Amino acid sequence: MTERLSGGDMLIRALRDEGVEYIFGYPGGAALHIYDAIFRQQEIEHILVRHEQAATHMADGYARATGRPGVVLVTSGPGATNAITGIATAYMDSTPIVVISGQVPNDLIGTDAFQETDMVGISRPVVKHSFLVRAASEIPNVVKKAFYIAASGRPGPVVIDVPKDTTDPNDLHEYNYPAEVSLRSYKPSSGGHVGQIRKGVRALSEARRPVIYAGGGVVQGDASAELVAVARKLGYPVTNTLMGLGAFPGDDPQFLGMLGMHGTYEANCAMHHADLIFAVGARFDDRVTNNAAKFCPEARIIHVDVDPASIAKIIKVDIPIVGHCKVVLAEMLAVLETEITGTLDNADDVTAWWQRIDRWRAEHGLDHDQSERRGAGGSLLPQQVVQAVYRATGGDAYVTSDVGQHQMFAAQYYRFSKPRRWINSGGLGTMGFGFPAAMGVQFAFPDKTVVCITGEGSFMMNMQELSTCMQYSLPIKIINLNNQALGMVKQWQDMQYAGRHSHSTYRDALPDFSQMVGSFGHVGIKVTTLEELNSVIPDIFGDRYRNDLVFLDAHIDPDEHVYPMHIKGGSLKDMVLGNEEPT
Amino acid sequence: MRRIIAVLLENEAGALSRVVGLFAQRNYNIETLTVAPTEDPTLSRLTLTTEGDEGKIEQIIKHLNRLIEVVRVFDLTEGDHLEREIIMIKVRADGAARAEVKRTTDMFGGQIVDVDQNTYTIQLVGPSGKLTAFIDALDGNQVVEVVRSGVSGIGRGDRILSL
Repeated sequence: MTERLSGGDMLIRALRDEGVEYIFGYPGGAALHIYDAIFRQQEIEHILVRHEQAATHMADGYARATGRPGVVLVTSGPGATNAITGIATAYMDSTPIVVISGQVPNDLIGTDAFQETDMVGISRPVVKHSFLVRAASEIPNVVKKAFYIAASGRPGPVVIDVPKDTTDPNDLHEYNYPAEVSLRSYKPSSGGHVGQIRKGVRALSEARRPVIYAGGGVVQGDASAELVAVARKLGYPVTNTLMGLGAFPGDDPQFLGMLGMHGTYEANCAMHHADLIFAVGARFDDRVTNNAAKFCPEARIIHVDVDPASIAKIIKVDIPIVGHCKVVLAEMLAVLETEITGTLDNADDVTAWWQRIDRWRAEHGLDHDQSERRGAGGSLLPQQVVQAVYRATGGDAYVTSDVGQHQMFAAQYYRFSKPRRWINSGGLGTMGFGFPAAMGVQFAFPDKTVVCITGEGSFMMNMQELSTCMQYSLPIKIINLNNQALGMVKQWQDMQYAGRHSHSTYRDALPDFSQMVGSFGHVGIKVTTLEELNSVIPDIFGDRYRNDLVFLDAHIDPDEHVYPMHIKGGSLKDMVLGNEEPT
Repeated sequence: MRRIIAVLLENEAGALSRVVGLFAQRNYNIETLTVAPTEDPTLSRLTLTTEGDEGKIEQIIKHLNRLIEVVRVFDLTEGDHLEREIIMIKVRADGAARAEVKRTTDMFGGQIVDVDQNTYTIQLVGPSGKLTAFIDALDGNQVVEVVRSGVSGIGRGDRILSL
């Protein structure tokens, strides 16, 4: 006999049937029936946040680290609107989250009721899909569809707006959770077109100056092993986008580092001079291409992506292959294995190409030992902090970041060896993302080292979650690259506005962060020199603070810029390499 | 280039707003838009006209297809098709102008569907270009009110948009 449950109970039961472990949320009037249903069960743990935006970033961090959808529960009105930034963040980076928002009862919708907002309307441009529940009986089906849509194809956020009357505890319905779902209007593609794959393989085997350009789709699509296998088989250079870092091992000789606005000299030069670009799960973002009209003038382009709309959106593509990265790469590898035995005909060209790349690398590659450098007045440098974290964690930590200079330093100097380890807001560029995202990761992996590399500007956008970390004993390691300014804004003002620092500094108004985190019950440590840094790193990542949240307030040279940096309007190879040193 | 795009859409609340929102969000232009239920009550059919080069139209079609509630998208202008729009136009018609308006209407194959002492209301069906030509043929000072339905279209012969 099927059970009869209320809408609120069906919702929670459906989440359980989806295998949900955590709900990140914040209660309020329209969601109270749902919260009561949470209270009366044990299987799913609800995490009480301090601000709804943080809940969405936690769910997002959880999703990026595990590959499983993260779940958010907020109330109507301000609860829903506070969640929007996090939903947009997930949308831009294609991460699967399901956001359940309470709504005023159906008969009050449209009356400007207390805490009413049109959540489906407000979220529409930043969701993959959304549902407004009209009747309690719809709930199991809607939840099933929401999870399927969020996680399949090109993943993305899905909103379920739940009017309060549909969760009424006195209105009982038969509960049946659908075993599967099929939507006539939504059929995500998987395998690539066989003819296109053959064409792609042929182009790859004939290339003289090839580059493999892999993005976040390889991470999201769990296609890292396949990417590595194809790259190894071909022996071609690989670059990753900001979102793709970790898809290919960061310390591998075949790896050129990140490309784009703050990409490495060798990655950007190789792309620009390439005769073949093999783009996988990347979307030719403007932070990668620089001026699209000058992008890779000599290259033919193969583009593999699960989303047809990503193909030929910015850059014309010669060989489009629509399909899931993992499946397409495996199919390409199979063709390569059967058709290529022994050395390729282009072996000599590729050897010469590598020699050219190695020269670029030797001339202006990133220096992965910055221990001899000192900032102004002997001060600490941000790169040194990232390198210390990298060495202490063996390149194997989960590292989240916020947005700005620290994000770029982390991307450049923490060499990620595995996918899903680097978690940052690459698309929307959301300051305040890193800390709550780290919390979501720590919930997913309680025993792993989770580091949030942040800056004081970003951190202050969601620092209320220090209280949540105390409540749930989350031992996150927060590395605050404190330059007492909005560093990336200030860098642009230095470079493009003759040093006029319009509203990018607040030096005299900053808190003493170590005291502040201390007042939340956490450990705060302040360092100002490399020597001090080196003396505290072993404790931070060792046994002493294993179970503590540690906030390392690293005061760094406030004038350090991120280089290389693209010259606006130029091609990929046009970069400023250091103070006053354009290429 | 002007394109007529037909879309089969789940007949659900909010589906139309996603289509319209997409055009606003991606900076695409909608010139005309018509939507109504089909013979299958679970589906709506929407016809829109837009302008754009080949790359832009390709993106529009891809992004329409990406919407979960969009079931089929069909660029009618890619092949043989019929295009129809209906116009109702109210013109001042008194004295000698009355006969002149009637003559012009007959020439275009329109019908006068409402009459009072000072005005005619004319109905005309046809491709958009013909309707525009009709408006141009009338004396601009006489035109009081114009309402156009927006374009509907269907493929010729075996060009069929269905599930």
